[in-house]
Amino acid sequence: MSLTFSLAHLLGGVILLCGFLQLSQRRLAAMITLYQTEALVLAAAAFWQGYAQGAVDLYFTGLITLALKGVLLPWGLREIVLRFNMVRAVETALPMALSMILGLALIGIAVLVVLPTTASALSLTREDAAIALSVVLLGLLLMIVRRNALAQLIGFLSMENGLVLAAIGMPGMPFVAEFSVALLVLLAFLVVGVFLFRLREHFDTLDLSGLEEIERRGR
Amino acid sequence: MLGVLLALLATLLHAGLCLAGAPLLAGFVNQGRARLLGRRGPPLLQPYRDLARRLRKTALLPDTATECFPFWPLAACLALAVAVLLIPGFCTGLLTAPAADYVTIIGLFALARAATMLGGLETGAGFGGAGAARDALFGLFAEGALLVLLLAFALLAGTTNVDGIAVIFPAAHIGISVSLGFALAAMLAVALTESGRIPADNPAGHLELAMVHEAMLLEYSGRLLALAEYAAMLRLLAWMNLIGAIFLPFGMARAGALLSWPGGLLLWAGKLVLMAAALCLFEVSRAKMRVFRVPEFLGAALLLGMLASVFLFVAARIGP
Repeated sequence: MSLTFSLAHLLGGVILLCGFLQLSQRRLAAMITLYQTEALVLAAAAFWQGYAQGAVDLYFTGLITLALKGVLLPWGLREIVLRFNMVRAVETALPMALSMILGLALIGIAVLVVLPTTASALSLTREDAAIALSVVLLGLLLMIVRRNALAQLIGFLSMENGLVLAAIGMPGMPFVAEFSVALLVLLAFLVVGVFLFRLREHFDTLDLSGLEEIERRGR
Repeated sequence: MLGVLLALLATLLHAGLCLAGAPLLAGFVNQGRARLLGRRGPPLLQPYRDLARRLRKTALLPDTATECFPFWPLAACLALAVAVLLIPGFCTGLLTAPAADYVTIIGLFALARAATMLGGLETGAGFGGAGAARDALFGLFAEGALLVLLLAFALLAGTTNVDGIAVIFPAAHIGISVSLGFALAAMLAVALTESGRIPADNPAGHLELAMVHEAMLLEYSGRLLALAEYAAMLRLLAWMNLIGAIFLPFGMARAGALLSWPGGLLLWAGKLVLMAAALCLFEVSRAKMRVFRVPEFLGAALLLGMLASVFLFVAARIGP
């Protein structure tokens, strides 16, 4: 096993670990820190893949990840937490143990799905693809099991990290695609940020279970 | 013949260093914590002085305790001493190596825990019972996580012997495996809980309501308390040796090669200092958890252990 493979694998593993641990955190501040760690490791993985594949555009991906997701978005998220006075907010939607077990099952499914379907590909990309799909699924799960809108946003952003991880592992992914995904995420963050402020103006809370209540009454 | 003699020498050296050095390690951790908190801290040899002072004092036996009361600290201490002898430290291939099965070591830790818990229940005092109940709750999850990890190690190394794992892991070009990373995270969580360090239990705390390990020792005094405290120090050393043998096995000496011993000893000391420093840093930067959060913390460890084996198992079944 070469160093290229080991290190790429290890970085992917750390990203998956961060994604998994986000499920176990109750506090938004801890989730944001984990998200930031995830993004920084992702940037390191992009740089490493760029060096290993000799692709210059992966360095740009790494730089964008570092600046946008490693610094800017966590800062914005922390700002929202402070502004909305949610420093002590605690999530209670689903028992943590249950959501972690669901996460484990999802990772198992991802590995089971990816490994047989990519049997012809190099082993370097196979397990990386499995890890990337796991991160995407964990992000989706985070959006499902949480009620707080900000936690759901972190799930969405974490899911996008999985996509980028998949993209940097595959040689030949055009840079335009990654760039547009990064821009899309920034736009989504801005839109959701505005949406959060509107939500609080109307309902005084970011707990989305209130929305379901209103929907039921409307019928 | 020479090989056996060297193995015997290495075993004796390992036993002597570990049994004599455990309080020093505890002193080092205490000192490091104090330094990081901006205090001067007790001198490195303070644990030895504490033990010597306690040995001189009379042990008081509570009226409500049974005859077994003095027996429990001794049982815990002996079980942990055997565990320390089994786990390889500075070199592999000790005389005790064939018995150093991972399950045996988990069993010895469990034995020590059971003895401590019975000691806490012995007098019928409230705090001891509460501490024992909490320790039993933690143990339930911790042992589960350790047994799940066994699967990952057995798949990777092909053996469950800790000595064998320490020989195979650096040699077999396993590389940096994702599974091992998960296993390390799980094992660290269990080790911190088991040795009564900060996220689960505060070793420097004196509030009875928040105690776990200390609460079970409240009724002990004199040489019995010395034994129980020595057992705690041995437990810390045993965990560090175990993590070192599985996850940092590089540079370990061979018992049969005398010339590799000095390097192995130096590296072993370096690893212990490194782990102790990491422990100090972690402890001063984290707050203690509520007691009922700890099962969740250990549950995460259990799931991480499962994740490690899921990756290995699926890759082994479907992979090339």
